[in-house]
Amino acid sequence: MSVLSVRDLTVTYHTQAGPVPAVRGVDLAVDKGEVLGLAGESGCGKSTIVNAVLRLVPPKTKVTGEILLNGEDVTAMKAGRLRAVRWSGMSVIFQGAMHALNPVQRIGNQIAETITIHGQADEKGAQVRTGALLEQVGLPPRRLRDYPHELSGGQKQRVMIAMALACNPDVVIADEPTTALDVMVQAQVLQLLKDLQRELGLAMLFITHDLSVLVEVCDRLAIMYAGKIVEEGPSVQVFRNPRHPYTSALSGAFPQIGDRRFRMAPSGLPGDPPFPGNVPEGCSFHPRCPLAFDECPTIDPELYPAGVERRAACLLVRGGDRVEVTS
Amino acid sequence: MRPGTIGPTGAGPIPPVEDLEVPAERLLSPRRIVWARRKRAFQRTAKTYRKSKMGMAGLAILVFFVLVALFAPLVADEATMDPTSPATGDAYQPPSSEFWFGTDNLGRSIYAMTVHGSRISLTVGLSATLISMAIGALIGIFAGYYGGWLETGLMRLTDWFLVLPWLALAIVLASLLGRSLSIIILVIGITSWPGTARIVRAQALSVKTRPYVERARALGASNWHLITRHILPNVGPLIFANTILTVAIAILSETTLSFLGLGDPLAVSWGTMLDFAFSAGAATTGQWWWLLPPGLAIVLVVLAFTMCGFALDEILNPKLRER
Amino acid sequence: MEALDHARPGSREPVLEVRDLHVRFAGRVGLGAGLMGRKPTSARAVDGVDLELYPGEVLALAGESGCGKTTLARTIMGLERPHSGDIYFEGKPLGRSTKMLREYRRRVQMVFQDPTAALNPRQTIYESIAEGLRVHGINRGPNGEAEEQLVARALSRAGMRPPERFFLNYPHELSGGQRQRVIIAGALVLDPEIIVADEPVSSLDASVRGEILKLLLGLRDDLNIAMLVVTHDLGLAWTIADRVAVMYLGRIVEIGPAEEVLTRPTHPYTKALLEVVPEAGGIDRPFLAGEPPDPIRIPEGCRFNPRCPEVTTGTAEAAGVLGRCRSQDLGLSELRREHFAACHLMAHLAGTESAPPPPPAVLKR
Repeated sequence: MSVLSVRDLTVTYHTQAGPVPAVRGVDLAVDKGEVLGLAGESGCGKSTIVNAVLRLVPPKTKVTGEILLNGEDVTAMKAGRLRAVRWSGMSVIFQGAMHALNPVQRIGNQIAETITIHGQADEKGAQVRTGALLEQVGLPPRRLRDYPHELSGGQKQRVMIAMALACNPDVVIADEPTTALDVMVQAQVLQLLKDLQRELGLAMLFITHDLSVLVEVCDRLAIMYAGKIVEEGPSVQVFRNPRHPYTSALSGAFPQIGDRRFRMAPSGLPGDPPFPGNVPEGCSFHPRCPLAFDECPTIDPELYPAGVERRAACLLVRGGDRVEVTS
Repeated sequence: MRPGTIGPTGAGPIPPVEDLEVPAERLLSPRRIVWARRKRAFQRTAKTYRKSKMGMAGLAILVFFVLVALFAPLVADEATMDPTSPATGDAYQPPSSEFWFGTDNLGRSIYAMTVHGSRISLTVGLSATLISMAIGALIGIFAGYYGGWLETGLMRLTDWFLVLPWLALAIVLASLLGRSLSIIILVIGITSWPGTARIVRAQALSVKTRPYVERARALGASNWHLITRHILPNVGPLIFANTILTVAIAILSETTLSFLGLGDPLAVSWGTMLDFAFSAGAATTGQWWWLLPPGLAIVLVVLAFTMCGFALDEILNPKLRER
Repeated sequence: MEALDHARPGSREPVLEVRDLHVRFAGRVGLGAGLMGRKPTSARAVDGVDLELYPGEVLALAGESGCGKTTLARTIMGLERPHSGDIYFEGKPLGRSTKMLREYRRRVQMVFQDPTAALNPRQTIYESIAEGLRVHGINRGPNGEAEEQLVARALSRAGMRPPERFFLNYPHELSGGQRQRVIIAGALVLDPEIIVADEPVSSLDASVRGEILKLLLGLRDDLNIAMLVVTHDLGLAWTIADRVAVMYLGRIVEIGPAEEVLTRPTHPYTKALLEVVPEAGGIDRPFLAGEPPDPIRIPEGCRFNPRCPEVTTGTAEAAGVLGRCRSQDLGLSELRREHFAACHLMAHLAGTESAPPPPPAVLKR
């Protein structure tokens, strides 16, 4: 059974300009010990999914669909149960997490606080566990007396990871955890996440726009565009042999150094990713798609089977056509 | 206009140079562009402003008083204010059909005095505010933009003026130079600019470090260009909102100084009316019609300015708006 | 726009030259420490850099944060003041003469990392682009064109068509990619020889980056504009650069043709950077431990030696250069044709002498 399972999730924000559907019917499942990657650009809805799963969406937002954590429906939980589940069942490493640390509190106390709030240990036990956590993320335990400004970007991110693991969650959601870091520090943090995930058997949902990072870290991959998933499958296959034209274009933005085909040949798409309130009719990708044909503006494709454990929402894949997508 | 509705941006090969030319007739001239922009910005602000009930109410009251002040001679007969003219009535009369607000100790029409007094109060308030704003904005912008010794010096100067006791200064100046409206305007002007200077400096400091100012600097813009084209427009709205609130304070200050007898004894303002009323013992003898009109007028005008100022503040600072 | 003044492609005279550049940021000393005679520490952001930019070439300046690449670019743009060193434009030193500086500022333009922040939100697109013309007092084009025609042409050239449609827009009404095109148009309107681009696409969506990069390459091809592109992304350098310079702690540690540097790197730092670029199936790849040290405390000897894999694995010691790595600072030596690196071990293996370090900062006047 999946640890985290999302079925037909739609999230519609309430704004002054009217309702804005940020997520339009998404299915996801993360099993124990599995890393699922979610890729997409701005406006695709991936951060909204994170908020919806933890029920952190602003008031008046409409959320429909099923969100099951270990079989329990998150949307139906009462406030008390929700609070308990937040962090000890499911935790998040937020985007820009380095700025989420309280600048006037020592980091050791901040981590320990999450433990005591969830009643998992008393003061002393929390301190001991904090020390162990810091070691687990590769920081010397004496740093628990430091303030956030005394740490570097990479170190702060490690602290955020320690905090996310503090209450032994079943699922960790990482939302752009390495975006603001240098390549070298990114490699360190990614290695850390991979090691921890293996050691603790965590289920992980890894969200980023950087497709090359996902391919490295994740077992399976889902690509989002305009509030829907447009392709999913085993990560290496999706990256190397995309079945959806958007995936193909996205991977073109992360060229392989050494591959002559990319030399002096930048590849991208015309136009811009659509604003959530302004999604094109029919297939949401058709205005930018190099392979669009006359049916595309009229039909909104669902996820058709596209290979072993693979699906893609493209009319070219419908009916099982073996169409190769070359850019 | 949202992205996605403007249409696909050119993604094809760049055409040869000749095809890039656009016939001159199709293009707008720069001046028209500037005016179009200003018009749009104004319309946008006006639209948001209209939504604020408080702002509209304040604006209505202000417009009313401004009209009264402008058309004072038409609204109230000046002769009824002149004690030597036969138009004045008996002293200490309560409101009647002839004198709507009654008469004072010299038989002058309180209605006429209130109406004409609006001119003085509003004029003094606005002039003093203009002086205050000009000094405050200049000092604030230069201090914030240039920084260094200039900033330190100007800010210490600001602190000095901030702690200057305006009342004592007014009294001293009045006794040295005689009582007049100019003294009042001067005193209010030079003691209320520090507040503005501080706010403007903070904003100038913040704008100075923004990337678009740096871009202009990278283009080779001179300090003057940066100040006038970038700092000022971004500090301007703040100055404007602050001005509105300062006028309210200026009018109150004028009232206070006139009430204390430092104003021109020959000029009729709401403050002097209150001064005369008090001296003549209006409060103890129950002549409410003498105290109420000027008092109420002051309250309404100050309230109106404050309400407008709050409404403008909400527009400028989106964080204050309701969700 | 006719590229009349620009040097022909292929000519080997550099259009921009930087010699012995040092840029420092002063630290601050608290009152107590100051009274005790403690001097303020200064961060040596750029610590002795020589660089040439040839007409029509794209030179990528790569490195992690803190390496000095952004400071170097900003100093070239005149936004930072060098502690010492010289900048030469078309062979002539940039003196303090205002006339020369103005001319320079017209012909060297900048493209910014965050196009949203780099545009004044109160100005229309037209005004943002025309600003360059106004700052330089240009109200007629070379063939008598009016200001609005020059602006329209620049917008067209940057891919926004039809241009007049965008004149009255505000930045917030455009998408990220469009805003960057506006910034590029603002640079093009002055017909520059050089464009300095600071992370031109890192803040844009991934699918939009390709078009902007295509645009930049097109400018090089059509208008022979030389470009200095600052980036942390080696993949970007692979895509558009002719030459790549890798920086570490204020110095260039390797420079050469892009294909050479990125597929046959010589300096251990470049090799380490290339190893950590994420790729499919990459698990447990080697990476450097720790983070680059503070520019306030630059290590002795070769500044990379505390983290150098060749040192930690003993290779340097085996080759007998460890002593030099630890104690001798060095400059760039030519290890292969047109391919330079500052590494004792590599110099030793190539049979050449390590080059002496760049001369220390000499305060002008």
